[in-house]
Amino acid sequence: MEIFDILLSATFWAAAVRIASPLIFATMGELICERAGVLNLGIEGIMVIGAFCGWMAVYQGADLWGGVGVAMGAGMLFGLLHATLTVPFGLSQHVVGLGVTLLATSTSSFAYRLMLPEVTSPPKIEPFAVWPVPGLSEIPLIGPALFQQTPLTYAAFAVAGLTALVLFRTPLGLALRAAGENPAAVDAQGLSVTGLRMGAVIVGSGLMAVGGAFLTLSAFSSFFFEMVNGRGWICIALVVFGAWKPGKAVLGALLFAAFDALQVRMQQTPLGQAVPYQVFLMMPYILSILALILMSRRAEVPAALMTPFNKGER
Amino acid sequence: MRLEPIANPSALRRAGLPLAALGLTVVTASLLALLAGANPFATLGLIVQGAVGTKFAALETLNRATPLIFTGLAVAVAFRARLWNIGAEAQLYAGAVAAVLLGTGAITGPLTLPVMALAAMLAGALVLLGPVMLKTRFGVDEVVTTLLFNFIMLLLVSYLLEGPLKDPMGMGWPKSAALIKEARLPRIVTGLRLHWGFGLALIAALLVWVIQTRTALGYEMRAVGLNPQAARFAGIPVNAVLVKTALLSGGLAALAGFSEVSGLKGNLTLDLSPGFGYTGIIVAMLALLHPLAVIPSALFVAGIFVGADSMSRAAGVPTYIADMLLAFALLFMVLAILLTKVRVVRG
Repeated sequence: MEIFDILLSATFWAAAVRIASPLIFATMGELICERAGVLNLGIEGIMVIGAFCGWMAVYQGADLWGGVGVAMGAGMLFGLLHATLTVPFGLSQHVVGLGVTLLATSTSSFAYRLMLPEVTSPPKIEPFAVWPVPGLSEIPLIGPALFQQTPLTYAAFAVAGLTALVLFRTPLGLALRAAGENPAAVDAQGLSVTGLRMGAVIVGSGLMAVGGAFLTLSAFSSFFFEMVNGRGWICIALVVFGAWKPGKAVLGALLFAAFDALQVRMQQTPLGQAVPYQVFLMMPYILSILALILMSRRAEVPAALMTPFNKGER
Repeated sequence: MRLEPIANPSALRRAGLPLAALGLTVVTASLLALLAGANPFATLGLIVQGAVGTKFAALETLNRATPLIFTGLAVAVAFRARLWNIGAEAQLYAGAVAAVLLGTGAITGPLTLPVMALAAMLAGALVLLGPVMLKTRFGVDEVVTTLLFNFIMLLLVSYLLEGPLKDPMGMGWPKSAALIKEARLPRIVTGLRLHWGFGLALIAALLVWVIQTRTALGYEMRAVGLNPQAARFAGIPVNAVLVKTALLSGGLAALAGFSEVSGLKGNLTLDLSPGFGYTGIIVAMLALLHPLAVIPSALFVAGIFVGADSMSRAAGVPTYIADMLLAFALLFMVLAILLTKVRVVRG
């Protein structure tokens, strides 16, 4: 069976980890927002603006980490917009989120055309190179999968660890989670719910943008209008699948990416040739819906998610 | 800062703030034009000129508004009941597929068009029914599922156009065969490029308004939207109301697909909709979810798109300025509507 050959190949697992990396960044970003009580549907557009800004900065001469920084800054700016409208003003997180996605996406397209009016195909940049971890990258199967990746992949896992650490082992994380569960109690403690929530959305949006920048700076080395292609929505499903816990969400992203890597390889097999390729391309979206159904009976959703907090209102 | 409800907002506040939102959008447009190195006044003038300046332009705007009225209504109906249908794009394509399946010779005779329209509505309704059943049965958030369905549906259409629905005479292009004559929506006035899809959209808006204001279902949909718990307590079958809302909303979005295929294009391609389903959300929000206000809102949005297209050719400002302006208009408008009801106080 080809499927076993695929599952035992190091390149398959390396691909899965690579595909998971942008999802991990963006899923952590969304998770931080939702833990503080704010749904961020701006994620799809923020990933697009991150992909665009990171790439454009590098194309204009910034170094790769500079590009990541620019992407993060752009994401935080759109996060500030989402946060301002949904937190102090308490506007519908659905409507504002979709508006932010539309604004970020169209801003990327507008700026692209403005800065490159003549080009027919987007210029390429020199992306992050693979940086094998000395020693560890020699381990069979695991080495190539986990330790022969670009620095941005290592950063994705570091960010996930840091997110878990901050959320569950620091007073800040406790306050942040409380803002998403019981904002009135946070307020009674003399802490600012508005400040905590806005901070979470801004930082979370920065991470989403880095997830987008992964696509241009580490994966495809160029920018295409449709390149995010629903990954943001998939990350929202991954947060639910991971029951709002960073570790589980990372596992979800890896599982999801493994399926994605598998479907690409299955297309090459005789069985895959017999099935229309669109069926394979549908799999990520169908899997996301299945994951949502599977996890729906759990009640781990932050209690105050999508509930605006207006001080003085009881 | 804190928000404090205003007991009796003045008429000036209620009318002035939404107008200010539109004004701010115009200011933003000027700034974007400046950024692109164009004269702001000339750019705005060219957008208006391109949208309504000539008979051809005005008809183009009406044609572009037609699917937007349908998707705007679909979103308005759903959002009013707080059913977050972000999947109008998928429902639109479902309607288009149904129209092509029946309209390329499967049925003939005088009933061809009504049967096609009904089948399209049914197809769209079914596409939305899936996510809504997941919501009512399992509590799965419909925002994400309807969004994901958009991608699945587009891939399904791509498969159909390369497989079962592919036009054998299409020179290999992924497009469906052309509709037969009886399956085409006629033009409203002979010689003018405007089809009856537009008339149908106006009738649909009127019918939705009647349903919302004159029927028990309309009352129940509003009650569910205002407060599901209270509605349930008052004995309203919330889940049944959500399912009925979904059938109506999905059906309306599907009519956009039917009208585009049968009235405008005459066949189905993968680029039938440049995001009409998503733009319907903006149309509905700018109309404050009022079904009759969806008509001017759709005309406004269509005008911006058509106008920006033609302005872009003349002034060199990228046509994506239209999407940016609509996103700004949406955000300004929701903020303006909020500020008609509350005021910001310190503390």
